[in-house]
Amino acid sequence: MDSGNIAWLLTSASLVLLMTPGVAFFYGGMSRSKSVLNMMMMSFGAMAVVGLAWVFVGNGISVGESQAGGLFGDPTSDLFLSSSWAAGDGESLIATGFGATFAIITVALISGSIADRAKFSAWMAFAFLWAIFVYSPVSHWVWGGGILSDAGPIFSEDWFPQDFAGGTVVHINAGVAGLVLALLLGVRKGFGKEPFKPHNLPFVMLGAALLWFGWFGFNAGSAFAADDVAAAAWVNTTAATSAAILGWLFVEKLRDGKATSLGAASGVVAGLVAITPAAVAVDPWGALIVGVLAGVLSSLAVGLKYKFGYDDSLDVVGVHLVSGLWGTVAIGLIGTTTFGAWDGLFLGGGFGGLTAQLVAAGVTIAYSAVATLIIGLAIKHTIGFRVSEEIEIAGIDLAEHGETAYEEAM
Amino acid sequence: MKLVTAIIQPHRVDEVRAAVEAAGVKGVTVSEAAGYGRQKGHTEVYRGAEYTVDLVPKTRLEILVDDADAAIVTEAIVSAAQTGKIGDGKVWTVPVDDVARVRTGEHGADAL
Repeated sequence: MDSGNIAWLLTSASLVLLMTPGVAFFYGGMSRSKSVLNMMMMSFGAMAVVGLAWVFVGNGISVGESQAGGLFGDPTSDLFLSSSWAAGDGESLIATGFGATFAIITVALISGSIADRAKFSAWMAFAFLWAIFVYSPVSHWVWGGGILSDAGPIFSEDWFPQDFAGGTVVHINAGVAGLVLALLLGVRKGFGKEPFKPHNLPFVMLGAALLWFGWFGFNAGSAFAADDVAAAAWVNTTAATSAAILGWLFVEKLRDGKATSLGAASGVVAGLVAITPAAVAVDPWGALIVGVLAGVLSSLAVGLKYKFGYDDSLDVVGVHLVSGLWGTVAIGLIGTTTFGAWDGLFLGGGFGGLTAQLVAAGVTIAYSAVATLIIGLAIKHTIGFRVSEEIEIAGIDLAEHGETAYEEAM
Repeated sequence: MKLVTAIIQPHRVDEVRAAVEAAGVKGVTVSEAAGYGRQKGHTEVYRGAEYTVDLVPKTRLEILVDDADAAIVTEAIVSAAQTGKIGDGKVWTVPVDDVARVRTGEHGADAL
């Protein structure tokens, strides 16, 4: 037992847990005042049911012994964390807690695509099932010795996907799930015609600030030690995020004429997302490139929903899927071996790494899309996923929670 | 008696209040308002999506005056509220049949 490592992991897990209320503020501020409570409750709801799912079988599926050639960990290996508890090892116990906080935030991220219109009971059922059947197995593939790891059947010890803190497992996964749910639930009344303008931009900035702070636990904590790697991840996390704010604001200034607060907050999140997989696989100059292009790409991608007609209300696709993909692919282009596993294409490493990154991203996209669709359809055809049009117009807060956030919610 | 109603830019409230006080007015009612005139609202951009905001925030002042003071007060408001830009607002006057002061029960000009 190394008390320094345990101290850092206890801190990191606590930081990552704080990210989910951060998401609640980030998303809550962007929603309309008549649905802000429901938006925030989807994050708090994820903290409830995903925490439970993790204690139940999630940790076993994620880190248990590989089954079926690395498709999932043994679900019975750590039922109610009985094995972890009995072993009594501090480092592995807090690593379990760290894993739970990742599962919670990943599910909470998805909720941004279905603002104003999802039944709370349906969301809670979805969050529980998705954590068990989608998040946990994908986490096993990448981090638990499964099919997308160097131990899996697809890759070799020389060329395997690098995902330091969750480009595939967290952001691509949540981004695809968000897209599928947005398509499954359909557009809100007035989408593309009426303005759905953010009701509280200071909330959005508060949320982005909490996310950046918590992300130090997310990325630097993913070193699983208080060591050189953790410090490298911290530095790159900040470098990329600073650059991403500039990237986003630069596009806005050129395209719309003004640098907005919503753009700055969105740039923070895009940069954090993109550097997540690449936190130690690129050098600091690489982190700046990853960051600035994340800001540019995501600020352009958020407009796609109007072009293709899917109501990804708060841009889970534009921010998490696009920047998650970019960060994942960037390792294949500009990865280095200072702290990373192999050199990227532009640093003389050839196509091996880039191919591994693309395969990992592709497999995650395909599985997340299919599995999310199955869970979503099952909920839609049993308890129903969407509230009535009347409730949507009157405001989901009052109908689903019996409360309103403000005296006059519009 | 007359009721002078003014719709002005919110940032000119202090100047207008001072000007009507200097013109001898004893009381003003101020409220927040929203509307549009020739300026027709404005555009806001969120994550690249443009929204037209039709109603612009304004401030409404209501002042009860003697018939003789109406023109003076109106001029005081206009000169204090004027910036020369579109959206400066409007001032209008309507006749008032009666006014009662609630505390004393006085009516008419005594209640002003």
